Amino acid sequence: MFKFIIRRIIQTIPVLIGVSILVFSMMHLVPGDPAQIMAGESAPKEQVENIRERLGLNEPLPVQYFSYIGDAIQGDLGNSMRSGREVTEEIGTRFWVTVELALYSTIVAVFIGLIAGVISATRKYSFADTSLMLIALFGLSMPNFWLGLMLIQWFAIGIDLPSWVPFISDTSWFKPSGWGSFQQVVLPVITLGTGSAAIIARMTRSSMLDVIGQDYIRTARAKGVKERIVIYRHALKNALIPVVTVVGLQFGGLLGGAVLTETVFAVNGMGKLIIDSIMARDFPVVQGTILVVALLFVFVNLLVDIAYRFLNKRIDLD
Amino acid sequence: MSHSTEHIDNTRTVEPSNPNPNSNPRFKNWKIVFRKLKKNKSAMIGGFFILFFIIVAIIGPFLTTYAPDTQNLVNKLQTPSGEHWFGTDNFGRDIFSRIIHGTGLTLLVGFFSVLLGATIGILLGIIGGYYGGRTDSIIMRFMDILLAFPGILLALAIVTVLGGSLVNVIIAVAISSIPVFARIVRGSTLSVKKLEYIDAMKALGASDTRIIFKHIFPNITSPIIVQATLNIATAILSASGLSFLGLGAQPPTPEWGAMLSDGRNFLYNAPHVALFPGLAIVAVVLAFNMLGDGLRDAFDPKTKE
Repeated sequence: MFKFIIRRIIQTIPVLIGVSILVFSMMHLVPGDPAQIMAGESAPKEQVENIRERLGLNEPLPVQYFSYIGDAIQGDLGNSMRSGREVTEEIGTRFWVTVELALYSTIVAVFIGLIAGVISATRKYSFADTSLMLIALFGLSMPNFWLGLMLIQWFAIGIDLPSWVPFISDTSWFKPSGWGSFQQVVLPVITLGTGSAAIIARMTRSSMLDVIGQDYIRTARAKGVKERIVIYRHALKNALIPVVTVVGLQFGGLLGGAVLTETVFAVNGMGKLIIDSIMARDFPVVQGTILVVALLFVFVNLLVDIAYRFLNKRIDLD
Repeated sequence: MSHSTEHIDNTRTVEPSNPNPNSNPRFKNWKIVFRKLKKNKSAMIGGFFILFFIIVAIIGPFLTTYAPDTQNLVNKLQTPSGEHWFGTDNFGRDIFSRIIHGTGLTLLVGFFSVLLGATIGILLGIIGGYYGGRTDSIIMRFMDILLAFPGILLALAIVTVLGGSLVNVIIAVAISSIPVFARIVRGSTLSVKKLEYIDAMKALGASDTRIIFKHIFPNITSPIIVQATLNIATAILSASGLSFLGLGAQPPTPEWGAMLSDGRNFLYNAPHVALFPGLAIVAVVLAFNMLGDGLRDAFDPKTKE
């Protein structure tokens, strides 16, 4: 196990190097002169030259790369062109906002996905199964930014209810923007989590059906073990192994999905920071934030692989 | 490493069917697949809707009463009516007609980004799987690097570099779908490569190119078809997402994601502006997902006829 972890960590090194090269190249692959683009079309020559000097754009590319990476390892991702603040400072609290958003969404998605998946699998081809899987298919097919807009309209702006509904007059229960309070968190979390809930539900269903079809489940039933115990103690435990991987990957994937959700709900996280910085041509911030998200994703994947291996000791080393 | 992109659950990718060169199995297999597919109601509905959208994309633009970018500020933000089925947007443009004109765009973006991404991915996957060794590890490490950018982040980064336009969105989405295809094709190639008849072909002196294109590729088409269908759905979602962020189709193009982005500002007084383009995206993506799911079951030798 220890050997596996070490090897798995070593395997990520080339990925990390590749990611850093790609992110570094972004600025240089942009057609035209990056300094000119950042300064603006009509900027005076000295200002462009100034930026070029400040970012070290006169150095040969490999030198620039190594100085970028050297600084990055020490936690220095350069300075924002817009605010002049350090990129790490810009990311700062936004990092946790995005992680929180992705984490809450994953938790909600796992909760809903697992329940729906187990219900579907234990009542295969029933009305409940068919409708749950239909809902999951919709969840999978919905652009989450559109779902976000609809949720804002229905539950933040609210719909006026007819007068015969007791106690409540409209449905403006939540806030359409921001992050922090319960009222602000609910809608973005549902928006981001729906797709994952759908994937987890489908995955749980097919994994459960695979397991339920196996001999040891039939044996358990033949021995007269209660159906509840067969399902929850014997079947679910094994069915969950592949689901764990999917959950981990979903959490990682949601870090990317957060870009759209954060934009819709004006949540001040890393996703919105990327978009705002792209619009302002603030390349150091775009690069730094994308690098941080990618590193986080690689790290999560590493943990998932280790967890998977831990849960399923039967996987051979190669 | 086991990664997966946001909306793809390739939980049950198809094993390549076992080739038996004597009885022309390919033909027979296709017949079985088609029979299974015909019995799958949801796949047929999906396929039917895809056909419907293609027809709408081709002849729809000739039938609409209003031009998609004719502005009529007097009539702006009107709710749906007999005159304007889906209402009008903030420039008084007819939303129904804009959606019809955007159908072709959406399908083309989905289709071409998958075509481009799949072609490159298939080539890389076959080369990696067939030659193995260092070639394989270099290709697969590179795929790992592309997969290290979660969700639409890779496409976002590429569009940032290339600049916002619909063509660049196609390129960006295509590049981000390369790894999925490369991995699936590599896996299938590995399992087909082990079969005896490939050794036989080699012994007979067939060239690598011939073996790859005439003997391996035809036997790994089923997982590719399934993945391509499902990937069109994902590609449409990503592309509309990029346009929604303002990095894709530029105004006044009637692209659905961009239309949604317009609608965002009028949620309070004209929610229909955001409602209909979103429903259109859901319908198209749903159709491709339904067909893709059905194809996966149909190609799966374990499912009964």
